[in-house]
Amino acid sequence: MTKTKKKLETDFVPNEKAAHKSPFKRVVDFFFGGKNSNALSRPLAKWGWLFIGPVTIAFIIGFVWPFIQGIYLSFCKFRIVSDAEFYGFQNYASVFEDASFIHSFWYSALFAIVSLILINVFAFAVAYALTQNIKGSNLFRTVFFMPNLIGGIVLGYIWSMIFDGILSQFGTSILQNSTWGFWGLIILMCWQQIGYMMIIYIAGLNAVPEDMLEAAKIDGATKWQTLWRVTIPNVMPSITICTFLSLTNGFKLFDQNIALTAGQPISIQNGVPIKQTEMLALNIYNTFYGTNTAARGTAQAKAVIFFILVAGLGLAQLAYTRKKEVQQ
Amino acid sequence: MKKEKKATVTAADATETIGKNETIGKTKESFATESVGAAEVAANVNISEILKDKKVSADKKRKNALSIVLAIICVIYVLPVLAVLINAFKNNTFVKTDTFALPFGEMWAGFSNFIKGMTFGNYPFINSVINSVIITVLSTFLIVLCTSMAAWYIARVNSRFCKLIYYLCVFSMVVPFQMVMFTLSKTANTLKLDTPWTIPIIYLGFGAGLAIFMFVGFVKSIPIEIEEAAAIDGCGSLRTYFTVVFPMLRPTMISVGILEIMWIWNDYLLPYLVLDINKYRTIPIHIQYLKGSYGTVDLGASMALILLSIIPVIIFYLICQKHIIKGVAAGAVKG
Repeated sequence: MTKTKKKLETDFVPNEKAAHKSPFKRVVDFFFGGKNSNALSRPLAKWGWLFIGPVTIAFIIGFVWPFIQGIYLSFCKFRIVSDAEFYGFQNYASVFEDASFIHSFWYSALFAIVSLILINVFAFAVAYALTQNIKGSNLFRTVFFMPNLIGGIVLGYIWSMIFDGILSQFGTSILQNSTWGFWGLIILMCWQQIGYMMIIYIAGLNAVPEDMLEAAKIDGATKWQTLWRVTIPNVMPSITICTFLSLTNGFKLFDQNIALTAGQPISIQNGVPIKQTEMLALNIYNTFYGTNTAARGTAQAKAVIFFILVAGLGLAQLAYTRKKEVQQ
Repeated sequence: MKKEKKATVTAADATETIGKNETIGKTKESFATESVGAAEVAANVNISEILKDKKVSADKKRKNALSIVLAIICVIYVLPVLAVLINAFKNNTFVKTDTFALPFGEMWAGFSNFIKGMTFGNYPFINSVINSVIITVLSTFLIVLCTSMAAWYIARVNSRFCKLIYYLCVFSMVVPFQMVMFTLSKTANTLKLDTPWTIPIIYLGFGAGLAIFMFVGFVKSIPIEIEEAAAIDGCGSLRTYFTVVFPMLRPTMISVGILEIMWIWNDYLLPYLVLDINKYRTIPIHIQYLKGSYGTVDLGASMALILLSIIPVIIFYLICQKHIIKGVAAGAVKG
């Protein structure tokens, strides 16, 4: 009896030692100590500098520091970073007075919604057709996905050649008419993104339980009814992912925009030149690197607003899919 | 009694499940496994055979029609690439006026467009290709190696610091590049990270989010017992990682690698802002400069360069098609 008690006491010795740890060590333990100490993670924790160190350093250089600095600079007046002076909310106020930003916001929103609808409808139709056991579906899938691997800049130039080739017959150009510019960009995005969304939809369609489809058939459902009542509810997760992806892609579009039209044509509204086909990302870029370097604070404020918009959409998607996952 | 009922039900099915080969095949199978009387099977097969002949031909026709429609869409889909191909061999003056004509007769330019394009301006195209290859290969290698190690550490040690890094990574996935564009390029210039050999560090930092997210998700799904067994057998942490965990992570590594290659190879803005443009260009920057700075553009020559830049991509795609499609599906569902 006493022996066991003694043994227990000796067992507690390391803990007593831990109580006398230096405050520094306690802080280190608080941050770096493993939660589930076991044979694996205790020795592993010592190797932390090697396993997680490089990523942490690169992550701070490549993301954390620029992000914090970016937030700070959005409240400053600056041309280069070192001459930043605190400026309060002035930058944000001037963003909403900037007609070109407002224009590019509505233009991006319109573009994102139109491209969202077209891309998803076509991608779903193609994916549905390809999962019907038809001949050559692998070849079709290969072809439809291919444009995704070509970068935005190259895509933009390919299409600007094609559009100019067609429009030059009518004596005009894609740079002269904002309607052509808008639909040109939509066609380009459809061409690029349909294949990508199609892959996600195919994965979703293949996961629809076979027995459900069979049961629908046995119950005498028509193909159309099966599609609406069985297939689509079952691929809902894919639909959410694709709609959010195409929405954020639409807002974030930059390479294709700069390569195809670069914001042309320019019109003058109330004495302010407005690039008719300029989207949000390009507007921010032009404000940063345009001739007026005094506007960089405004540009950074625009970037923060842009970030809040895109991150809001992204987080909404994350929350939505999480909810779906719980329900399943 | 029960069996009989089933048989009648399935016979009714056969009439209803008009024309689907597989369904009928399956009902046949289920009959066989349930060992219903042979006569019944024969009768059922007869019925379904007749139905098959009638309805399958209609179904086949429909499917063939669908195939043809898709084939036509496919041809339209390939047309832009074909347009690049034919215009790369066309004399400059005809590219704009006869974009869709085949390059015969006086339009034929041979390989002069390629020669002109390669030596265009003050920066040789081949240097851009080399820079693109260096950046893509180094960055992808660095990202896959470092983030997989970090993800294993995060998933297994799970300290507060790990959680902080993990959530920051998830957060970084929703931050658009324009948000950090200006400050990132300034930071990179201050730290002299503006060469193709050092820019992979920036890519590792900015691209870590998705990679860590995918790797952590995968590591959490593999049983910890395997690694514990290795640790108890006397494997050090490094050895456990490289001999036990690394092989298990391979499928995810391929997915992550493909996604990163697709992103980095085609990325324009990040290298444009970070690299010292007079010394180092990548393929997208080079192509943007063709149009940007030389006044009247030689369209034939730029088409030749565009062709040269998409050929390796298409070859890469055709070789690793399976992995690419799998990787994209995995990345999209998780991201």
